[in-house]
Amino acid sequence: MAYPTNYRYTKEHEWIVLEGNTGTIGITDYAQNSLGDIVYVDAPKVGDSVTANQTFGSVESVKAVSDLYSPVSGTVTAVNESLKTTPDKINEAPHETWIIKVELSNPSEWENLLDAAAYESFVSEETGA
Amino acid sequence: MATESIERKTVGKVRPHQTQNEGLVFEKSSPGKKAYKLPPLDVPAVDASSLLGETHRQASAGLPELSEIEIIRHFTRLSTWNYAIDLGMYPLGSCTMKYNPRVNEFVARIEGLAEAHPYRPDAQAQGILEVIDLLQKCLTEITGMDAITLQPAAGAHGEFTGILLVRAWHESQGNARKKILIPDSAHGTNPATAAICGYAVENLKSNSEGGIDLEALERQVDSETAALMLTNPSTIGVFESQIHRIADILHAKGALLYMDGANMNALVGKVRPGDFGVDVMHLNLHKTFSTPHGGGGPGSGPVACKRFLEPFLPTPVLVRSAGEPQSSVTISAAPGALHWEYDRPQSVGRVRAFYGNTGMFIRALAYILANGPDGLRQTTEDAVLNANYVRAKLEDLFELPYKTASMHEVVFSDKRQAAKGVKTGDFAKRLIDYGFHPYTVSFPLIVPGALMIEPTESESKEELDLFIEAMRSIAREVEETPELVKTAPHSTRVSRLDEVQAARKPVLRWRG
Amino acid sequence: MRYLPKSDAEREQMLAEIGAKSIDELFSVIPEEYRLERDLKIPRQQAESEIIRYFKDAGQKNATDYASFLGAGAYRHYRPVIIDSLVQRGEFLTSYTPYQAEMTQGTLQAIFEFQTMIAELTGMDVANASMYDGSTGAAEAVLMAMRVTGRHKAVVARTVHPEYREVLATYLRHRELATAEIPYDAKTGRVDMAALETAVTEEMAAVLVQSPNFFGIIEDIPAIAEIAHKKGALLIVSIAEAVSLGVVQPPVEADIVSMEAQSFGVALSYGGPFCGVIAAKEQYLRQMPGRLAGQTVDKDGNRGFVLTLSTREQHIRREKATSNICTNQALVALMATIFLTVYGKEGIRELAEHNLAKAAYAARELSAVSGVRLRFDGAPRFHEFVLQTDEVPSLWQQRLIDERIVGGVELGRWYPELKDATLWCATEVVTREQIDAAAKVLAAGLVEA
Repeated sequence: MAYPTNYRYTKEHEWIVLEGNTGTIGITDYAQNSLGDIVYVDAPKVGDSVTANQTFGSVESVKAVSDLYSPVSGTVTAVNESLKTTPDKINEAPHETWIIKVELSNPSEWENLLDAAAYESFVSEETGA
Repeated sequence: MATESIERKTVGKVRPHQTQNEGLVFEKSSPGKKAYKLPPLDVPAVDASSLLGETHRQASAGLPELSEIEIIRHFTRLSTWNYAIDLGMYPLGSCTMKYNPRVNEFVARIEGLAEAHPYRPDAQAQGILEVIDLLQKCLTEITGMDAITLQPAAGAHGEFTGILLVRAWHESQGNARKKILIPDSAHGTNPATAAICGYAVENLKSNSEGGIDLEALERQVDSETAALMLTNPSTIGVFESQIHRIADILHAKGALLYMDGANMNALVGKVRPGDFGVDVMHLNLHKTFSTPHGGGGPGSGPVACKRFLEPFLPTPVLVRSAGEPQSSVTISAAPGALHWEYDRPQSVGRVRAFYGNTGMFIRALAYILANGPDGLRQTTEDAVLNANYVRAKLEDLFELPYKTASMHEVVFSDKRQAAKGVKTGDFAKRLIDYGFHPYTVSFPLIVPGALMIEPTESESKEELDLFIEAMRSIAREVEETPELVKTAPHSTRVSRLDEVQAARKPVLRWRG
Repeated sequence: MRYLPKSDAEREQMLAEIGAKSIDELFSVIPEEYRLERDLKIPRQQAESEIIRYFKDAGQKNATDYASFLGAGAYRHYRPVIIDSLVQRGEFLTSYTPYQAEMTQGTLQAIFEFQTMIAELTGMDVANASMYDGSTGAAEAVLMAMRVTGRHKAVVARTVHPEYREVLATYLRHRELATAEIPYDAKTGRVDMAALETAVTEEMAAVLVQSPNFFGIIEDIPAIAEIAHKKGALLIVSIAEAVSLGVVQPPVEADIVSMEAQSFGVALSYGGPFCGVIAAKEQYLRQMPGRLAGQTVDKDGNRGFVLTLSTREQHIRREKATSNICTNQALVALMATIFLTVYGKEGIRELAEHNLAKAAYAARELSAVSGVRLRFDGAPRFHEFVLQTDEVPSLWQQRLIDERIVGGVELGRWYPELKDATLWCATEVVTREQIDAAAKVLAAGLVEA
């Protein structure tokens, strides 16, 4: 699956896309693929604050839990409620299925993130190892 | 009526047979059926509604209504859907699925023991107290420790108690310290336990032999390290031959050595943790000492410790008044009466109500008595012999990531089979078709795709040979018909179950 | 050794195939200085007949065949014979935790039935597959409430079983979690509502009460729930006497119920193994400790059961798990399931009513003795009651023992203010004859005094 070039990525396999000062965050195809069938998403509440490189929730398969790391710092402005009943959407369309939206408190953090090409080469290194 | 021929084909040591279908007990219920009869009330009947007022239950609970024969059939049918040690080898690594002697069950049900109320005055409970006392003596001798509590209800509960002792001792020294070191090969209960005792968990990477990396240990132990939680033999079934160095490194920094006794079945009668530097440890009576697993419990997790930790043991502690200490442990009671002592100012407190899973103490003691010192040693030797035999017979087919000598279990990896697209979990499911319970799958975590095999001493050479043949046969299938393995089991009542659906939309109870 | 299925010749043969000269070679990795070169100092190997004699003698040394008025968290009820016939089937007894669902459907379906029955009885949505016992279950329930609410304090009624409270204190000690104890109303023996109202603040994760409480008195659960919920705290109801649910209104207003299910067909066995269980409202499911069995389907569409939501547990989440619990009380839960099936919908009520009647008679007869008074009045009780005696309990206790009767538990041990008060229990197995005999012995003290 292609990694959208307008997104940025973390080494923990989250993606983020910016619209004004609002970042939309999800997990990558690589992440959903290594986790397998996702059965549960534990997301923060609207109004919670998140910090770059810190966990903000987790995604679960039947036999694994993977922490979610925020690409940026800020305040949660929306949570994808539909994942409560249909977490499998992440498996079906990882790059279209967002988990939270965040109002960025420090927009410069965007610059520290990987672009699609850098992320892809990071992933191929990981799988190669 | 279907006319297709029914295959009565033998695979290894099994041939399919019928099992009865059986719905949920609620689906079988019909109003008015009864399986009970209370004796006539010999006191005046009461009007529950006027006695209880607003606290009187209006709607009855939706319990099923069946006759006795239907209940017998219901649970008997369910039982036939289970695999069990009584049916064959159950080589779950780390779980020690050994024979559960029936005399254990018999003696645990002796009226004077089974019906003893926990608050009966000590004077009227001397019989059960003698049993507890004798078991305590046997277990302290077996472990080489000085003191023991039988209160913890299971292994993880024992870990909790043991780490509480560690913490209480450090506090008495002026500093509770902050972290517990846990090898990456450890059971999941270890880090979970450290966390609930208020400690940070620091991971200790295993060395290339799967054991403790002494240099890493040396680096990581500091003045804030409370203890190392060590499983010995480790979860890959290897004895830590550097154990004395490990204890020395810890003790030099004032840290303690906790031993997870899950693998004690490899040691009993051959070597004692108390002799190799362990300060505190738990035992699993449901592993090493043959009390039944019962589909997940009950267990019992006694904690044995060195003298300096004794003041911190949970209350109450069993004490014998008067009488001089015995030089040898015999089954005839020592002079002096036993009683529970509650006044223990340094105790960590209670970890459960009453005194522990007493019914399991009775069973474990019956097992120890049936074996004696020679039987226990032979048991350990046979357990280690069996594991090494399995290893020798399968080593050519399966990747052995750690070549160190095995004790009571052997851990292979699925590397060669995974290359053909068959993972340890698939292989395990196929073993079911051959009439065996699978080995432990994907544990320990330091072995990717682990096959963790613990035969225990309870398997005859014949059963082991059948198991080995099944493993070899499945390995051939991986080469020739991998789909057959990947879609196993094929002979059970149900095929692979949809665990994803179960987790996404949990249905945890029946609703009529 | 009769449990070991090998001849010496087979051992030799296996060693040869391994390529080891002797069995000791397989232990050579153990440093020499630690090897045990002597026999363990434990009793010699015993014949089965000797083992049985040893334990029968021990049973005899205990007071067997005594009439007993002991309760206080461990209850003597009749155990239908088929419980032991069924749980001793090897397929239940000698099976492991049902991780391999295809070959453990029996255990899994039985757990699912247990979960359903507990939910039905307690009025909760879901129940787990068991906890160690009522005491650890209550402690785990408080921790669960703290995870749910993100708060770090709890209010605990003093009428919760004293040993449960001790266990809770042990569980909370190292977690920077604080508890406040709520006194009981000296007249009714129920939770002091005014004190509760004051103690419950917006910092509280939970209010823990027991009903019937340690004195056998049924608490006003709806009123307590209102106080807790007003401040956003969860209400945890601990139930030590599960048979009470046959006739007592279940705590449907609670958020979590922690129950000791020993009364459902489990032998007293000097205090264990018993069977704790946690039940809760569905929205708290993800924070529940312990195993859960769930319904699903196989590849062919057949109904089947699996252990589910395992990501809460220690083998996956390790130090972030909801609890470190692994082994539970599965076989004891099976006993409870069979017991509840035997009694069923009507039987459990009838059984509970018999308990109610026995206790009402016992309370009346015993408190009618001069110098003996019933303590606490005005609130409904189940099958336990507190007696206050003018005579020091140790005196009449000894007279009862001489008559092969064990009287109530002395409360002064846990409640210094309740000196000379004793907690009595009369279940359906206590006879009128025994009650009358006990009353006679109590009365005898007055004559001598």
